[in-house]
Amino acid sequence: MSVTAARPQRLHRLERSAITGVLVREVVNFSSYWRSATFSSTVEPTIYLLAFGFGFGSLVSSVAGYSYVEFVGTGTVATAVLFSAAFPAMFGTFVKYQFQRTYDAILAAPVDTEELVTAETLWIATRAGVYGCVPMVVAMFFGLDPSWGMLLVPFIGWLSGFGWACFGIMVAGFAKSIENFNYIVSAVLTPLFLLAGSFFPLSELPTWAQVLGNLNPLHQTVELVRHAVFGLEGWEDLARVGMLVVFGLIMWRVAIYAMTRKLID
Amino acid sequence: MDRELAIRLRGAVKRYGEITAVDGLNLSVPVGTCAGKSTTMRLLTAQSIADEGEIEVLGFRLPEESKMARAQSGVVPQLDNLDVTLTVEQNLLVFAHLYRIPHAERKAAIERAIEMARLVDRRDTRVDKLSGGMRRRLLIARALIHRPRLVLLDEPTVGLDPQVRQQLWALIDALRSEGTTILMSTHYIEEAQRLADTVLIMSHGKCAATGAPSELVLEHAGREVLEVYGPPTRLAEVEAEAGEAGLRTRRTGTSVSILNVDGFRGFEGERRPANLEDVFVLLTGEEIA
Repeated sequence: MSVTAARPQRLHRLERSAITGVLVREVVNFSSYWRSATFSSTVEPTIYLLAFGFGFGSLVSSVAGYSYVEFVGTGTVATAVLFSAAFPAMFGTFVKYQFQRTYDAILAAPVDTEELVTAETLWIATRAGVYGCVPMVVAMFFGLDPSWGMLLVPFIGWLSGFGWACFGIMVAGFAKSIENFNYIVSAVLTPLFLLAGSFFPLSELPTWAQVLGNLNPLHQTVELVRHAVFGLEGWEDLARVGMLVVFGLIMWRVAIYAMTRKLID
Repeated sequence: MDRELAIRLRGAVKRYGEITAVDGLNLSVPVGTCAGKSTTMRLLTAQSIADEGEIEVLGFRLPEESKMARAQSGVVPQLDNLDVTLTVEQNLLVFAHLYRIPHAERKAAIERAIEMARLVDRRDTRVDKLSGGMRRRLLIARALIHRPRLVLLDEPTVGLDPQVRQQLWALIDALRSEGTTILMSTHYIEEAQRLADTVLIMSHGKCAATGAPSELVLEHAGREVLEVYGPPTRLAEVEAEAGEAGLRTRRTGTSVSILNVDGFRGFEGERRPANLEDVFVLLTGEEIA
């Protein structure tokens, strides 16, 4: 009776059709919750932008050679990327694993954990790339001048978002309960978010904090976005891209490891 | 010969710390038959990896070739994992993709599944607005969307009204008659007796007995069973007397069932045909640990 099932070809790792299947599920689901996702991803960074922009902006006219709106408008792109990648990855993964048991259904189909994690990451990274541009667009209404380099920003957001999405999935994979997320948010994400150079330049901080900041992928994101908008700096920025690629690849593998441990017993 | 077996487990063991959920299970399910427990189900989709033993599904070795086996299998989980914010049709669309139905066949496959679930007029209804029976039918139709050669049903009728359960039985029977192999786990013994070609009774992760339902009944419980009712003290006496006469008994709550009483006279009670539940209780014990 089977027509579609009579395909004896071998199946491989990381197949496009498996990844597409998971992506289709995400896209169809997105149609039911895009309003709330877009709202939170847009409004949060905008509030940061306005609060810091007007708050500090009235005290400091320029920071590191930029007007404060320029500085924060580009800096909060990274914040938006972090918020729209790490948080949906943490909570979404946990909910789909624990409460909705969606992953049980997907893994019973010809999809492996590696493909599942990869597809979820690609989807979240793409959303983060788009939502990451929101603060920059908002800042344009407050005096950020358009430039061709801005067209690179979604791609920088995507690359950074890939790593942060994997980070979030990894956290969800290792977490025993959803309350464990509090530790990660307080002890990891908040310091990284403040030590990124979004709101103030790291050059004013003590040396140890500057060293830590330079290891922070979020800081690399901030610098790359600023340079893309105001002028790239060649090798230095290429090195930053390299760091984000390495960050993404490591997180990707660790996320797959964590989720395999969680989903396959 | 091997290729004619849809499922083969040889000495499969799965431990969770101190607990051995599956303990040296052997299972051979020939193609096109309707025959379990949740861990066994997970072993068959490689969502659980056996600690020992060999597992083959549709001729593919697990876990290495599990993806190929999964491509030709459909799974109906015990716990509903439909996407509740999506409509009936959207749920099926997602699984048409996950099961890699080619673009040209996708629309027809979704239509067929909607009809099979008898949800034609509910295709645009969100799943969280469906009744329990409708959700279960959708869950089953979702597993059948790619016309799998093997279907794994994990307690498909648990918690359903008798009417809905009968609808599902009809569906399962129709599938079997089309040549699909079905592995079903159930706590409803009546269901196993009605639907299965082969039954495997599991107790504490081990196989307690396996065979055709009618053969198992005949072998362990005989043709007829005598059901003796009475107060608890009377039931205890009946048990003792039957034991002396060399007959096996089992408690049925309000009565004692004396098994294999064909041609035996001596007790007052209701005679009824022996059934698989008699065999199940006899083999797995009256007390559930």
